[in-house]
Amino acid sequence: MHRRLLLSRALCAAAIAATLAPAAAAEPEVLLVIKDHRFEPTLLKVPAGQRIKLVVHNQDATPEEFESHALNREKVVPAGAKVTIFIGPLKPGRYEFFGEYHEATAKGAIVAE
Amino acid sequence: MYATALIVFRESLEAALFVGIIAAATRELTGRSRWLSGGIGLGALGAVLLALMAERLSGWMDGLGQDLVNIAVLATALVLLLWHCIWVSAHAREMVQQARAVGASVRQGQRTPWALLLVVALAVLREGAETVLFVGGSLVGSTAVSGAAVLTAGALGLAGGVLVGAAVYAGLTHIPTRRVFAVTNLLVAVLAASIASQLMRAVAQAGFVEAGTAPLWDTSSWLSMQSPLGALLHGLVGYDAQPSALQALAYAAVLLLIALATRWLAPRPRAG
Repeated sequence: MHRRLLLSRALCAAAIAATLAPAAAAEPEVLLVIKDHRFEPTLLKVPAGQRIKLVVHNQDATPEEFESHALNREKVVPAGAKVTIFIGPLKPGRYEFFGEYHEATAKGAIVAE
Repeated sequence: MYATALIVFRESLEAALFVGIIAAATRELTGRSRWLSGGIGLGALGAVLLALMAERLSGWMDGLGQDLVNIAVLATALVLLLWHCIWVSAHAREMVQQARAVGASVRQGQRTPWALLLVVALAVLREGAETVLFVGGSLVGSTAVSGAAVLTAGALGLAGGVLVGAAVYAGLTHIPTRRVFAVTNLLVAVLAASIASQLMRAVAQAGFVEAGTAPLWDTSSWLSMQSPLGALLHGLVGYDAQPSALQALAYAAVLLLIALATRWLAPRPRAG
């Protein structure tokens, strides 16, 4: 019983370490900027089939919420802040995103190919 | 101004639905309004604090600070809900016996459900922080619109969210008394499952897990997350148009866990 507990604890720790450790081949990193309540660029091309690290930098003086139903991601980006959002692996296609706080102007899409 | 009201409405809807369900599930408890308001107040306070810290927080852990807080909040809420469901099952026999002995309603005199109070606080905290950030940003950033207008629009949006939550609550109170125990336990179980699903999404967003994070299916052509019904179902039962395998698994696992615990711990009919 004692040995089994130790073993399961060790396995748990190993599993956590494995998932938290940076991937051997670092995933591609793409930058998205929010400026004047718009995204720059409005079209991002990323490779399909692998995880992508999306860095969103809000250069406005007010917060924005990055949201995408297609990607199933949403995250508030405070004014001046830089946040990281992991997306994918994506099948080839077009995935739209928007800024929830300024939906009229903050729009864009990610194209995976 | 309509845009502001709409955004605040959407943000507050989820928390309002949550509170409405918990309120309905605890309808029979004495003094329930007191601790429920306490939970909401605590959550609101936490939301303001969280919003104030947001800028600094978001930069932590290479831009993942906010996700970490979100994960912690969701995980805590999940554990609390699971504990509550299992506690209720374990003590169902006691409660029923007590009620029969006293001839009173099943839930009277039960102690404060701390777990649910905390869960309500956590739900209000999560959604509230986003709302405070948004309204705060609108107050600071907008030169065209007066602060009073922003606050009024925000208040209207909040009122709208609360109204929907109250409507759900009112609807749930129409359940016949003999079914109320079973139905409200199911509601809380579904809440726990939907939190588990959201937890998996947050974990994927933070990049802690890669396997099983691709969407399993896409029902947005049938029911989009942006439609009013989609948003409502998202808040009530955790509907997601494009859940990942991990999300679906977590949802099912929590329901299964609660069902099994209930079966195992529930009072058995006495022989003879």
